[in-house]
Amino acid sequence: MKELTHDHLDDVARGAAILGTGGGGDPYIGRLLAAAAVREHGPVPLVALEEVPDDAMVLPVAMMGAPTVMVEKLPSAEQVGLAARTLAGYLGKELTHIACAEAGGVNSLIPVVAAAQLGLPLVDADGMGRAFPELQMVLPTIYGVRATPMAYADEKGNRGVLDTVDNHWAERLARSAAIDMGCSSAISTFAMSGAQARESMVPGTLSLCAELGRLARSTKSVAAVVERLGGRTLFTGKVIDVARRTQTGFARGEARLSGMDDDAGRELVLRFQNEHLVAERDGVVLASVPDLICVLHTETSEAVTTELLRFGQRVTVIAAPADPRWHTEAGIELAGPRYFGYDIDPVGVTA
Amino acid sequence: MRIGIDVGGTNTDAVLLDGREVLAEIKTSTTEDVTSGIVAAIDGLQQQRAFDPAAVQAVMIGTTHFINALVEAHRLAPTAAVRLSLPAGASLPPMVDWPQRLVDAIAGRSYLAHGGHEFDGRHISELNADELRRAAEDMGNAGVRSVAITSVFSPVNAEFEAQAAEIISAELPDVAISLSHEIGRIGLLERENATVINAALRELAAHIVDGLAASVTGAGITAPLYLSQNDGTLMDVDFARRYPVATFASGPTNSMRGAAVLSGLDTCAVVDVGGTTSDVGVLRQGFPREATTDVSVAGIRTNFRMPDVLSIGIGGGSRVRPEGVGPDSVGYELTSKALVFGGDTLTATDIAVAAGRAEIGDPSLVAHLGRDLVQAALDRIAGDVSDVVERMRTSAEPLPVVAVGGGSILLPDKLSGSGEVHRPDHFAVANAIGAAIAQIGGEVDRVYAIEPGRRDAVIDEAKQEAVDRAIAAGASPSSVDIVDFDEVPIPYLPGNATRIRVKAVGDLQLGSAS
Repeated sequence: MKELTHDHLDDVARGAAILGTGGGGDPYIGRLLAAAAVREHGPVPLVALEEVPDDAMVLPVAMMGAPTVMVEKLPSAEQVGLAARTLAGYLGKELTHIACAEAGGVNSLIPVVAAAQLGLPLVDADGMGRAFPELQMVLPTIYGVRATPMAYADEKGNRGVLDTVDNHWAERLARSAAIDMGCSSAISTFAMSGAQARESMVPGTLSLCAELGRLARSTKSVAAVVERLGGRTLFTGKVIDVARRTQTGFARGEARLSGMDDDAGRELVLRFQNEHLVAERDGVVLASVPDLICVLHTETSEAVTTELLRFGQRVTVIAAPADPRWHTEAGIELAGPRYFGYDIDPVGVTA
Repeated sequence: MRIGIDVGGTNTDAVLLDGREVLAEIKTSTTEDVTSGIVAAIDGLQQQRAFDPAAVQAVMIGTTHFINALVEAHRLAPTAAVRLSLPAGASLPPMVDWPQRLVDAIAGRSYLAHGGHEFDGRHISELNADELRRAAEDMGNAGVRSVAITSVFSPVNAEFEAQAAEIISAELPDVAISLSHEIGRIGLLERENATVINAALRELAAHIVDGLAASVTGAGITAPLYLSQNDGTLMDVDFARRYPVATFASGPTNSMRGAAVLSGLDTCAVVDVGGTTSDVGVLRQGFPREATTDVSVAGIRTNFRMPDVLSIGIGGGSRVRPEGVGPDSVGYELTSKALVFGGDTLTATDIAVAAGRAEIGDPSLVAHLGRDLVQAALDRIAGDVSDVVERMRTSAEPLPVVAVGGGSILLPDKLSGSGEVHRPDHFAVANAIGAAIAQIGGEVDRVYAIEPGRRDAVIDEAKQEAVDRAIAAGASPSSVDIVDFDEVPIPYLPGNATRIRVKAVGDLQLGSAS
């Protein structure tokens, strides 16, 4: 894929919802914004990670805030572009490439808006290969890429630049600013050289999203999605209970599934915080973060977000290996089960 | 006495009720002009059971007319959408994701203006009266006749929508104005879409409501006329003129409400088997559970209150083949195509007759059908329907099943997983009965910032407001109950932002006609 056209966006959104592992919010607004931007500025050139020159300046952009706000006070293309231009101005460097911080939901498509708006190519890569809830949870953190200086902007033209002592502080201060901006801000963060991007980002994410979306749409087959991800099917069943609570600003909860077909008589528990974190069958952990746990409609293979999980749905839970770098000591420390409060070692997926 | 009428796409059903007793029931064909079908239905009731028109205390009508008008893009008014959001929201203007054919059908125009609120009630920007007057002038020049106004976070604070309506009305006194906070919930594009649809239907609504009223008075009935809403409560004719979208899903809702009354079950799954589809919904305390996700209408995403209904392509007219039943149907051609009517197509109705479940047409024409084939088709129908019922359940609690509609003879007496199927008397006209027994409701749906220690007080206020609204709409005060309460903390928002929804309903306060 050499460029992202209007025709790709639906599949990218569909595929991003799968890699979103239950989180990332409804990509609908992101898809509409990307479609509007591509309509106005034309298709966005897509550059493979290995083709990005060493001295390029790659800038991931994203929206930060509450999904509930983003469906009401709609983000604007200008706001996204402003965040990127502000950071470039502060750094005194010329931007050459836009990138995705995460794969999943609205933030797989916001960079398309930025690239179209600024007339820059988009790197076919992201910082996670999946979705995670906090800013610092990207592979570039492990490679010493700093989240700051980062820029944030609202729809009114307010903007700011943060420079923090570490990436955790960047998450904390940027979230405070986002709340003051009405719980929705555009951010540009983890500015890096082409060399750093090649070392620390996950290649091929947008192509993968497009491909997964196309597979899900045309085959409606969970098996096809599993095969493409090199993962495995964990469980097929019916949702029989969903418990949710809001805790420190995140939607945490559990879903219980009663097994069907080959899994009849068994039970699976999914634990989530926006994204699915742990899958446990009859008390045995089958998979956990940092690997991907995705819940798909059994019949359509479309992703089901944690917000939309409800009693009676027939779903298939699959797990897919995360980028191997997430399984290093530094990766586990950043986004392993213990970071999310589960006292277990990560359980990896073997296909 | 009261009369309930359900005007569907194919049939107009009517019932005459005394309290909850069915005095007369009739099915007639829906007519192109709707009103003559209604007149025929009322005549039919009169012939079955002579009644004094003056003794009718109320007439309730459920109609699919407005949703059909939208789907067919028929007789929609030239409409403008005004969004109060600048500097936010400019990248996705109103009607951004509409099918072009519908934008054209309403000659849709969009205006972005300053205004809107943040999630916590701060202003995004102040309203600019001059800007709105200029927009109004442009609308006037363009021949706009109906205006939809949407402000960011208006479900939290509606002040800007109300002020903008005043300014535009002052410039264009003859245009109809629809405000989004009265129509949809959080989710700007979906609420705005619903509001624009409502606006586009306003002229037709006035026309239809006049026609309905004329057909009732033409029958000598002077009692008030009500229309049934998506949620199973009633609206008076003035409300119907202003909120035609509120009638969109009254068909399935009326069936469900009728099923509740006829079966005496107020928490159950209802399967309404028609000619082409089976619709399955769930009643909680006698009212349909609402869809929590966005509902697409004629290809437009909306978020107004609709019952949560799942439909499958199984009905009396479904074609039966060795590999399955439906989803295609012979539809209105049943009486010429089905085997029992001398046709050449094997339909679900033929199966019902062959199985001895119904006496329709000529049973000898299906006597040759193999027992295995008949049983396999019935099993298939039972399996598919029980699957949908299963999907609609939201808890592991047992949920009784009530079957209504003319095609419900296709269902067995027991469904696997749900047990006995209740098939009450008068099941074929459950929808008209649902309309006739509908109550009056009042609702509050708002995001509150709940200060520490204030939770109970906020909830009490919300409940009282819902009760007051029901009484103001015509409910008899002593009969008003809270039937639905829902409290959902909103993640990521500070200040304990909580969305509270309360619904109160009561019996319609009837006049003292004897």
